[in-house]
Amino acid sequence: MGMENQIRMELDECGGTEGSSIRENACPGPGEGYGDKGISRENHIQIKLDARSENERLARVAVAAFLVELDPTMDTMEDVKTAVSEAVTNAIVHGYEGQCGEKPVMLSCDREGRWVTITVSDYGVGIEDLDRAMTPFFTTKPEQDRSGMGFSFMEAFMDKLEVASVPGEGTSIVMKKYIPEEDV
Amino acid sequence: MENEYQIEGNRMVWRMPVEVDHHRTEQITKRIEQLIESRQIRTLVFDFAKTVFMDSSGIGLLIGRSRTMRFYGGQVKAIHLNGRAEMLFEASGLSRLIEKESLEEE
Repeated sequence: MGMENQIRMELDECGGTEGSSIRENACPGPGEGYGDKGISRENHIQIKLDARSENERLARVAVAAFLVELDPTMDTMEDVKTAVSEAVTNAIVHGYEGQCGEKPVMLSCDREGRWVTITVSDYGVGIEDLDRAMTPFFTTKPEQDRSGMGFSFMEAFMDKLEVASVPGEGTSIVMKKYIPEEDV
Repeated sequence: MENEYQIEGNRMVWRMPVEVDHHRTEQITKRIEQLIESRQIRTLVFDFAKTVFMDSSGIGLLIGRSRTMRFYGGQVKAIHLNGRAEMLFEASGLSRLIEKESLEEE
């Protein structure tokens, strides 16, 4: 029986001595918060997903779980989930042109203070004309009911968006969001 | 699953899922298109009462179906829009294309 779906997850290990210095310093002791130590990377996860539409939900849930420790508002949580959904859908629908199988979509989350960086990468066809791809309502697949709003929503719901793409090699989307503390 | 839609005459109400993403819209689209044709639907109503998550795939689904309904001379409406779905509805300009029906009319 073949494997029908696969995910692979990598987490920062606390208390390890073999990791990078960032990793060692990033781990607070028992009962100790991360505080303001000026550490550049406080937490990191990376997940490798098969490029299948059923994994879009998993990507959103993983990112939502990563955000929980920052206690974001519902709106902030939904903004980030929408942006992640757009990026992962783009990787599957456009990057890999809807071919299911063992095509990898890499999702990573990093946290620096209240800034969260989410990276979604694929090794698919890449984007020839980025400006055109990012134009609201532009889509190469109107027949598949794509709205052309993917990048617009990523831009609208996140604070920073960077897209790097090489035709024939793949696309990497880096999105950053500041998670404000909830008003009490 | 039998409660996913309700047809009365040529009007169909489709209950949208809790999460409206590319995965779900792909599954839904084929079934809706089949029903529009086989049951000669002329008013298609999307009910968002259960929906808590939606991305641009939901916008694409509604634009696509309103294209189909225009072809048949019919119309698309949306009901029980709330929170996120309503926000995306407004942000995408979909509210100018698709009529929102209020609760009382339902």
